Amino acid sequence: MRARRHWTLVTAAGLIVALLLPKLGVPTFYVSLLTQTWIFAIVAMSLDLLIGFTGLVNFSQAALFGVGAYAVAIAATRFHVVGFVPALGLGIIAAVVTAAVFGLVALRSEGVGFIIITIALNEIVWGLAYQWVSVSGGDNGITGLVRPAVGPFDVSANTGYYYVCFAFFALALLLMLLIVRSPFGLVLKGVRETPRRMRALGYNVWLYRYLALMLSGAFAGLAGVLFAWYNQFVGPVALSLDQSTQFLIMVILGGIGTLYGQLFGAFVVVFLSNELSAITPRWQLILGLVYFAVVMYAPGGLVVLVPRLWARLRGRNIPVVASEPL
Amino acid sequence: MDHLLHPDLRFVAQNVLGGLAYGSLLFLIASGLTLVFGLMRIINLAQTAFYLLGGDVGLTLVAHGTNFWLASAAAGIVTMVLGLAVYRAFLHRYHADPLTSLLLTLGFTLILDDAILAIWGGDPHSIAPPPALAGSVQLGTLVFPVYWLAVIVLSVVVAAVMFIALQRTMLGVMIRASVDDEEMARGLGVDVNRAFYVVFAAGALIAGIGGLLGGPITSAYPGLDGELTPLAFAVVIVGGMGSLSGALVGSLLIGLVNAFGKAMFPELSYFTIFVPVALIMAFRPQGLFGRKL
Repeated sequence: MRARRHWTLVTAAGLIVALLLPKLGVPTFYVSLLTQTWIFAIVAMSLDLLIGFTGLVNFSQAALFGVGAYAVAIAATRFHVVGFVPALGLGIIAAVVTAAVFGLVALRSEGVGFIIITIALNEIVWGLAYQWVSVSGGDNGITGLVRPAVGPFDVSANTGYYYVCFAFFALALLLMLLIVRSPFGLVLKGVRETPRRMRALGYNVWLYRYLALMLSGAFAGLAGVLFAWYNQFVGPVALSLDQSTQFLIMVILGGIGTLYGQLFGAFVVVFLSNELSAITPRWQLILGLVYFAVVMYAPGGLVVLVPRLWARLRGRNIPVVASEPL
Repeated sequence: MDHLLHPDLRFVAQNVLGGLAYGSLLFLIASGLTLVFGLMRIINLAQTAFYLLGGDVGLTLVAHGTNFWLASAAAGIVTMVLGLAVYRAFLHRYHADPLTSLLLTLGFTLILDDAILAIWGGDPHSIAPPPALAGSVQLGTLVFPVYWLAVIVLSVVVAAVMFIALQRTMLGVMIRASVDDEEMARGLGVDVNRAFYVVFAAGALIAGIGGLLGGPITSAYPGLDGELTPLAFAVVIVGGMGSLSGALVGSLLIGLVNAFGKAMFPELSYFTIFVPVALIMAFRPQGLFGRKL
């Protein structure tokens, strides 16, 4: 019970800080980076739903995210669908449909096979965005997107949009916590742990994985829509394999299977890559080195790493927790 | 002679040849990918970056007056040494852990890509074929570069050498035994670790050689590796993960699909690759020549 009260306090404090931040004179640049953090945290959590709770290491999360973003951009520039709710709905539906198609192909396999196939699927969608110039604008992407009003509120300024993204982050976190704690979420965990036993118990393992993939796609698509409005631009980088990897790195940094930890993962990756690219043109090289460091020294995530470092500073040594077998 | 060749037929012949040439290049990349995966469960995303590096190293050597074939061998040796270094330093610890090794190869790809960009710049480099193969063959109205045919022949030779090495040498027997049942092979005294090194080195070597050999067809530019990755992965999925015969058949198939896709739907050529991948997953998830994972 004490631990729970502890968490309530932390959450309340976090909520207050998050709501006050833009009012505290934080420079616009950082408000903007925090907005991006909320958006990426939604994707990282949606990926954690697959990796941490269903056992599916999906390398095509950026494709689902990017399809949501492109759907909004194409709808706005070609069909003048610019309302907040219709655009959001459209982006989410597009991502869910993509996830449904991906699932039909990729879920024929599991484990490493699933990884390889989702890499190929992600790259095929990227190729489509890159090459189908008449629809996607190719390498130049689609520009000129406008942040729509949310009901009576004009959120076109950075501060207003910060609150929109924060609200969706909070909503997504709440929904995903409800999902993983529901009976459905428990079945997903069973599927992650021992698919064979779940099959023997009469559960349709394939169907549960398929549903989880579509659910995850819905959240990734939502984040994609927010990202399109955030940048007021969509380009093929948003659905590249590198982007998928970044999401995965966020999940690993945040701690697989923690959901809320993904916020830290997203925060670290967003700030690191932005600060690095401001300092040096060789930021990609440094980012690669960071991947190495994370994978080799923090496979359990920062959430695990921090207590370990703290313990080491105080002269104790906690053994590394072995990462989940695939 | 023109009346002998119907326009549709000419279109088909042109693309069949182009597709086979491109497919045989894909084999040089995908063979290493599939063998490394089959043996060590390492998904080496850096494989296409080795190809790009091989092309860049090779074109620099050629620009300094090295013979084309010598340069491509040297490029292969450079990528092989680099591959071995990465394998020795990092990857060998994670051969049973696909996710970790995959992320490491991804990090390595970012580093290598950026280093290539820093050294060779962002502009595309076209690579001329060796003078002896620079012309084109004319069959009626059908014209195609001699070099395409040379690439097909060369890749067939490489494939033949690989098949013989795997099927007819003691080392090949050991490698196949390690793929089939690593634990049993170790128990019987097979030096499985040596097999790992040999296969990883061979994969990087062939991709590096391929980089210059393929240069006259693909040229070399930053981002080429990213464009080749989906094709190489499609080959591995279609052919069956870990199967060399699968890589051969898959490469030619994907090469052909890609050529016809590019000619018929220029904006959707990546999407046409999706068709064979989806069909294989629907009817034979383990790939044409693969075994169940």
